[in-house]
Amino acid sequence: MSDTTNSEAAVSAAAIRLWLQKSADVLAEKRAYLTELDSPIGDADHGNNMDRGFKAVVATLSDKEDVGAVLKAVAMTLISKVGGASGPLYGTFFLDAGKPFAGKAELEPADLVTMFEDGIAGVKKRGRAEPGMKTMLDAQIPAAEALKAAVAEGKSAVEALKAAAEAAEEGMKATIPMQAQRGRASYLGERSIDHQDPGATSSYLIIRALADAVAETSQ
Amino acid sequence: MKKLINNAEDVTLEQLKGFGLAHPEIEVHFDPNYVAVAGGVQNRVAVVSGGGAGHEPLHGGYVGMGMLDAACPGQTFTSPTPDQMYEAGKAVNGGKGILQIIKNYTGDVLNFRMAADLLRDEGIEVRNVVIDDDVALKDSLYTAGRRGLGTTVIAEKVCGAASQEGYDLNQLAALCKKVNIHGKSMGMALTPCTTPQNGTPSFELADDEMEIGIGIHGEPGTERMPIKSADEITEILATRILEDGAYTRELTEWDPEKGDWVDVEVKDITFQSGDEAIAIVNSMGATPISELYTVYAKLAEVAEKHGVKIVRKLVGHYITSLEMAGVSITLVKADEEILRLYDAPVNTPALRWGV
Repeated sequence: MSDTTNSEAAVSAAAIRLWLQKSADVLAEKRAYLTELDSPIGDADHGNNMDRGFKAVVATLSDKEDVGAVLKAVAMTLISKVGGASGPLYGTFFLDAGKPFAGKAELEPADLVTMFEDGIAGVKKRGRAEPGMKTMLDAQIPAAEALKAAVAEGKSAVEALKAAAEAAEEGMKATIPMQAQRGRASYLGERSIDHQDPGATSSYLIIRALADAVAETSQ
Repeated sequence: MKKLINNAEDVTLEQLKGFGLAHPEIEVHFDPNYVAVAGGVQNRVAVVSGGGAGHEPLHGGYVGMGMLDAACPGQTFTSPTPDQMYEAGKAVNGGKGILQIIKNYTGDVLNFRMAADLLRDEGIEVRNVVIDDDVALKDSLYTAGRRGLGTTVIAEKVCGAASQEGYDLNQLAALCKKVNIHGKSMGMALTPCTTPQNGTPSFELADDEMEIGIGIHGEPGTERMPIKSADEITEILATRILEDGAYTRELTEWDPEKGDWVDVEVKDITFQSGDEAIAIVNSMGATPISELYTVYAKLAEVAEKHGVKIVRKLVGHYITSLEMAGVSITLVKADEEILRLYDAPVNTPALRWGV
């Protein structure tokens, strides 16, 4: 899609379902990589847990056209299948992200901003975390900010999500020099420095999957 | 990786099946997974705990008369999920509420908190108490706080007995918090461990090195140093515990008055000359009991030097980390109430006396 007008940039429920499918695919593919990132600073299970959770998510995806219902089903599946800290945190993200969209079949670019902001607010509250603590928020927050700025400039959903994915990637890389202040990595103190945060990495992969899914369905 | 497993994906399920067959007096439930005393609980507070698999006998081994009413096992080293705690809680609820005993790991805390919210929505009263007794960690300002270690075992024993005695939910939660601030632990590793799902050791350690200040999830400790003798290692761990200051932190708990989660400031005791204590010398999994006795001998000596009298002791495998070699030491300052409840009869797969 080369046009950048808002009118043709709505995100369909099919695109949301494709997002989750793509997330599951990339998390399965990067399962060993995520676990490897989690090994020196965590407990070496992030890749396994996310893969298990999103495999279960895919099994729940029907051809539902209700974006809110899809996101709620995702949340409940992640909460019951992932375990660890990631289960309730990602579960809360999708639960709160989906709440405003019950009964909606498609999302406008501004809705995407709301979805990210509400999801992030939930993660902050559940995990009692702020940016800079070497967590998934360090990928999610820059992504949300980039998305919001791009939407404010009138960019299409495809372009705004592309910017969000790029910001998430930057944010993920920015966790490398951080000292962890939440989760199991925090117990390592300074030894948590120089490692990329696994939660920020899975968040980046999921946000990238959203950008890819929306680009693909908009063609 | 050399392990007695079939398929890495199925280990927790298969181990749970075996546990149920070996201990028919305990009910094992699947999908969601939990173990519970047969017949549920009548007219007293139910005591529930849980955590990742790989720490056996914690927690399933402590389900039975006078200790836990239910335990929720997660995947290896991964916290259980709220649906497990929700179903377990409903199964053992005896109308007087549920005390959840939770080790301070981010995943455990978050999942139990969600489960407590779900149970409360059903009209079941729930309190959760977090155990954070690991003195290897200095503060909670820049970390997730101190981890939960061996004091968990004593809290489960003492609270189980108190429930049998008829403590109500408020009294039981207060008791559990008291045991937590009376307990201090520290562990060390000689070797890493390998989760079946990953197949590779959780960290690398040279033959002449050790990790000090470990938790129970195969993670590295707070410090790596050249390996020392059993006496020197014991002295490091015991001294840190005995000389640990009055650690102050905020722990999140449910406030029934406000109907919300609140942060409450909590302050540890410090050990004083003249104190009595319950001690645990615990194998991380691979260290044999013979070596634990070497550690216990030195621990008794160091404690005596500090004027602390060990009045009860457990030496063995109580809270492990798969096949990690190493030891953790726990000291819980005992008072009349804690000792009475500790001595009360208990009949579980892993702890049994007075019956």
